[in-house]
Amino acid sequence: MPNMSLNKVKMPEQAPNVRNKNFEEVSLGYTKEMAIEEAERCLNCKNPKCIEGCPVNVKIPDFIGRIASGDFDGAYDVISETNALPAICGRVCPQENQCEGKCVRAIKGESVAIGRLERFVADYKMNKGDKKVPEIKKNGHKVAVIGAGPAGLTCAGDLAKMGYDVTVFEAFHTPGGVLMYGIPQFRLPKEIVQEEIDFLSKLGVEIRTNSVVGRIVSIDELFEEGYEAVFIGSGAGLPSFMKIEGENLNGVYSANEFLTRINLMKAYKFPEYDTPIRIGKNVAVLGGGNVAMDAARSAKRLGAENVYIVYRRSEDEMPARKEEVHHAKEEETQFVLLTNPTRIIDDGEGGVSGMECIKMQLGEPDASGRRRPEKIENSEFVLNVDTVVVAIGQSPNPLIKKTTPNLETQKWGGIVADEKTGATSIKGVYAGGDAVTGAATVILAMGSGKTAAKSIDEYIKGLQ
Amino acid sequence: MYKIVKKQILNDTVTLMEIYAPAVAKKAKPGQFIILRVNETGERIPLTIADFDSEKGTVTIIFQIVGKTTSVLNQLSEGEYILDFVGPLGTPSELDGLKKVAVIGGGLGTAIAYPQAKALSKMGTEVHLIAGFRCRDLIILEKEMKAVSDKTVIVTDDGSNGNKGFVTTALDKLLAEGNEYDMVVAIGPLMMMRAVCNMTKEKNIKTIVSMNPVMIDGTGMCGCCRLTVGGETKFACVDGPDFDGHQVDFEEAIRRSRMFKMEEQQSRDEHCNLMKKEVK
Repeated sequence: MPNMSLNKVKMPEQAPNVRNKNFEEVSLGYTKEMAIEEAERCLNCKNPKCIEGCPVNVKIPDFIGRIASGDFDGAYDVISETNALPAICGRVCPQENQCEGKCVRAIKGESVAIGRLERFVADYKMNKGDKKVPEIKKNGHKVAVIGAGPAGLTCAGDLAKMGYDVTVFEAFHTPGGVLMYGIPQFRLPKEIVQEEIDFLSKLGVEIRTNSVVGRIVSIDELFEEGYEAVFIGSGAGLPSFMKIEGENLNGVYSANEFLTRINLMKAYKFPEYDTPIRIGKNVAVLGGGNVAMDAARSAKRLGAENVYIVYRRSEDEMPARKEEVHHAKEEETQFVLLTNPTRIIDDGEGGVSGMECIKMQLGEPDASGRRRPEKIENSEFVLNVDTVVVAIGQSPNPLIKKTTPNLETQKWGGIVADEKTGATSIKGVYAGGDAVTGAATVILAMGSGKTAAKSIDEYIKGLQ
Repeated sequence: MYKIVKKQILNDTVTLMEIYAPAVAKKAKPGQFIILRVNETGERIPLTIADFDSEKGTVTIIFQIVGKTTSVLNQLSEGEYILDFVGPLGTPSELDGLKKVAVIGGGLGTAIAYPQAKALSKMGTEVHLIAGFRCRDLIILEKEMKAVSDKTVIVTDDGSNGNKGFVTTALDKLLAEGNEYDMVVAIGPLMMMRAVCNMTKEKNIKTIVSMNPVMIDGTGMCGCCRLTVGGETKFACVDGPDFDGHQVDFEEAIRRSRMFKMEEQQSRDEHCNLMKKEVK
């Protein structure tokens, strides 16, 4: 008999006024008992919609059924058939728009907590420490992967399991991409990401850090070096700015800079770590996505008194995960909605003394289907801030395009790649993740890495 | 890990190191830079490539000991290793098709100007090299500079080398003597580059400067190296580090260079205190 409770089993969390002063993980995860109780809410539908909602089609009712019967190892095996990074996805996937959004239980009450259950299983396996390295028969073919983020790591892992010699080229000194530099410790502990990367090494994947493809080696040269195919997963690293007056003042950061200093360079441990970060008393974060929430919550943890999310639409249109918005509010982030900045004000010494904003209202829906924000004339006001973080999006890094002339790209910089195969305009070169789609989600990037791995395998087999 | 194959003290505060990084050496071009991280808790700092030898697989860096990172780096000896060393980054200098060029280096900037002078000289360009230092004891690379230039003028602020003046006075003099330059390359402190640009703008001589702002990734990802050039925001790490000096907003660049002054001081002080304790 299923558990008919309308609500998800609550996941223990650090209390808001405790956690907003530390960088430890906010959500603490289910116990075995909680996981079983929640798993019993699954109705095991004959025609499970949740699987369709998952970009990598995890067999959700199957793994949840195994949790309910206490077979956690079996549950892990089911998930890992299609998802190489469950500990990460359980934490950062926008489940409400994917699997959980399709769950029949959500018609009346809350959906089954699929994300929390996935996380539980992955953490259980990690703590147990007996993740099996499959036996791999090498096939003697070499593939190069550019970028050690979610797309590249997934592609590399899948190819390695098929027997390929995979080398991943990573620009930073640490692999992981956005999982390391972007998403904060309190949402995705770096130890978990490291564990997944270590597992790839066990599969025989070689990761070369400090290697900027386009500078140290070109894609043409990779082929000359004997790689038979290349996967580009270089992400969306180019930060967008508002292009308003005062944006180059000291105290204005791109979210990329702000988060990279904190997460990758560990500026939150300054001066134990050498990279500094300066947080004022009053911080405005521009944008309504997960990156904006991460920046706002980080600012709070670094001692800011007032942290504002300044967003030009209303809360309904915010692209951030619901849970992140909820957590940000609990941690006393103030939401200044239907508001757009018009200029950042100089304090006379090159720093920020305030930000002029204008109020907005929602008009007709635009191309994205969301109602278009319009200015309300003469509604300008000044928000008292001394630090501004611009988190309005990123586009693909132009470096690879610049150094690979025959690689076709969209006007806005995205690499043109076949949705079904990941194939680009160059033979043997595949692409996926944010480098193709522009800033999207970890799971979509992983899905495209998976697709490309399959295509690359078929392509190389076809060469013989 | 990247091995330090040679270390040479150029003066009290300036050190040269040759680093074994064959893949970087193979691709390096004048005007490009590397980013290094000395150890696990270290920050990433950009340093211009002062020289490279693709056969030996080495890249030469020259740095001034100004803060904690450069101080820690300077404590390493030949045979020891730097944790991370990434490059070559940035767009190489455009030096083709020039007949006569004045290359100006100020202080440590001389180390960055030197590879440009060397490359120009190799291409058959007539090179006049002007280098300015605060005093005689701080003069670096004198022999190397003379080897790659048709004329070398070294000036000191205090005149202790027998030739008192600033790089601008030296340039003024060369121009007054009738020298006509296709281009001026000015590399050094922001104030110096601004002074050179103000002068050459009046005389309508194209001037290239090399900007060296704070950076993290060096691949265009963080935007912390942004500056305004010709009214547009540019990233020094990918659009530069070379820019048309007449278009650069130096006032803004100078302000931005002070962003982390307080934190840099704190880091340096804590490091010095720690060193003192160790000595005791």
